[in-house]
Amino acid sequence: MAKIRGAIVVDNVTCKGCSLCVASCPTDVIRLADEVNAKGYNYAYMHQPEACIGCANCAMVCPDSCITVYKVKLAETV
Amino acid sequence: MSIDIKDIIKPENLVYQKSSLLTDRVMHYCPGCTHGVVNRVIAEVIEELGIQEDTIGVAPVGCSVLMYNYIEVDWHEAAHGRAPAVGTGIKRLMPNKYVFTYQGDGDLAAIGTAETIHACNRGENMVMVFINNGIYGMTGGQMAPTTLQGMKASTCPFGRDIERDGNPLRMTEIVATLPGTCYVTRHAAHTAAAVRKLKKALLKAFDNQKNNKGTSFIEVVSTCNSGWKMTPVQSNKWMEAHMFPFYPLGDIKDV
Amino acid sequence: MVVLQAESEIASINMVYGGAGCGKKVMTSSSSPGVSLMQEGITYLAGAELPCVVVNVVRGGPGLGTIQPAQSDYFQAVKGGGHGDYKLIVLAPSSVQEMADFVELAFDLAFKYRNPAMILSDGMIGQMMEKVEMKPFTPRWTDEEITKMHPWATTGKPASRERNIITSVELDANAFERFNHKLQAKYKQIEENEVRSEMFECEDADYLLVAYGSSARICQKAVQILRAKGIKVGLLRPITLFPFPTKEIQALLGHVKGILSVELSAGQMVEDVRLAVEGKVKVEHFGRLGGVVHSPEEVVEAMESKIIGG
Repeated sequence: MAKIRGAIVVDNVTCKGCSLCVASCPTDVIRLADEVNAKGYNYAYMHQPEACIGCANCAMVCPDSCITVYKVKLAETV
Repeated sequence: MSIDIKDIIKPENLVYQKSSLLTDRVMHYCPGCTHGVVNRVIAEVIEELGIQEDTIGVAPVGCSVLMYNYIEVDWHEAAHGRAPAVGTGIKRLMPNKYVFTYQGDGDLAAIGTAETIHACNRGENMVMVFINNGIYGMTGGQMAPTTLQGMKASTCPFGRDIERDGNPLRMTEIVATLPGTCYVTRHAAHTAAAVRKLKKALLKAFDNQKNNKGTSFIEVVSTCNSGWKMTPVQSNKWMEAHMFPFYPLGDIKDV
Repeated sequence: MVVLQAESEIASINMVYGGAGCGKKVMTSSSSPGVSLMQEGITYLAGAELPCVVVNVVRGGPGLGTIQPAQSDYFQAVKGGGHGDYKLIVLAPSSVQEMADFVELAFDLAFKYRNPAMILSDGMIGQMMEKVEMKPFTPRWTDEEITKMHPWATTGKPASRERNIITSVELDANAFERFNHKLQAKYKQIEENEVRSEMFECEDADYLLVAYGSSARICQKAVQILRAKGIKVGLLRPITLFPFPTKEIQALLGHVKGILSVELSAGQMVEDVRLAVEGKVKVEHFGRLGGVVHSPEEVVEAMESKIIGG
């Protein structure tokens, strides 16, 4: 059975920390960082990267187009 | 089996990236604003249809007045409420181009009600996008024609009073009654599924324009978390609970 | 030609605004109250530096007023009308022939300076029937010609150029001040290059009538009556109201001893005449109001009582 793994890259310069991606993530991957960017926003990051399934829901709801999404299908070896 | 993040983040594994028709300008909208999502989806649709060279956008007055900074097409910035008239002028003189207007509730449903209704009634062959968040975001959260009964705004701090302020206006249902409109639909952009549906609607609207079918009118029920004084996530929940019952999503007309 | 009846003057001027962005010749017309409605759109056109032609066949105001002729929209046309520091190129026809000819001239000037132009007529010229010789039609500009002549036009962004954005908003005050100075420099250039006026019996005139449009035709008769009485009176007819023929008036001050500005208004153009004259000779105003048109005899009487005998 193939396993899906995904990853996102957040442009933390343009991210405004609105949290919409956090709420949209079905696998609870994203959190807001404790650190802030130059504009003072707590930007989004992959808190649990291994849970990401590359569904792109976060990118769909991101108002600032700062999320790029990648996905791979892994052939699972038991 | 484990895989390193670096091995996932490779060009061949890319499934979503920012549209190439979006400029590098950081959007001026507040964090979590629906405008950002809708601006982006419009750029994606123009890119997917390959019509950048043939598209002219008409920007409104309001929070999205500077929308022309974000999408790589020719733009015409209209006066408040007049985008449908400006769009009419452009489309009539360049009928082979794609024209879309983008307006908020104050622009489209208050100051520009006449222009909206008459452009739709003439069936101007263009796409009209209507952002309805029930409030005047840019000017300080005043009551809009679409503000719900009881909804608070800076000019109705105790909530919209129907006796005093009249009823909220369902502009989309009104234009659906006009013979010039071919496609009238109401969407949202608060979840990934809603955004995907909105994109499909926009693709269809531009396709209608290609086929000279008349006016395609797309309302996007939106949030204004700054004006509503909630977080973006709370705003979405509030919108679902309060806006959707009065402004139900779905196609109202599709001919 | 594309012709569309708009739902309102507000819509029509904004259709013109959109159409003008396409780099094509676009025009609209109305009479005073309608043109008041258009002022917002006109200032946007001026601010976005778009060419267009607006025809105002002036009727008596204020308010709904009357449908009879007047020249009481001079201030609105020449001094602004909408908000902000802008000018329209204003042409004042005094015959039906000029009504026709000035459409082409107005478009030429509007495109030359990327500025709205107004034909300021009145209800008398507007209702008049006269013989007109029409110039042969020139072919419509092709899309290629438009892109070449008007590279600013929003015709769709090809890969070969940057996006064209037609707008009048600039939130950076310093940048907007620079833009305003650019506009002012353009208006200065228009003032230097585009003044048009007509002189009638001015060479030896002791007294001068200044009048435009239908008033100028009435004044022409008044000049004849006064000349027959042995009074040397001339008429200067401004054809462009902006730019105003200031230097042309000043050039007559060597022999002219007094000036009567005759308009179908309470005295609007007279202010520009006074600014030109700078107090060197007496300047008075005469004009009937509210849709009443003065007779040549009334002009003669006003000249005699206000200037010659006054």
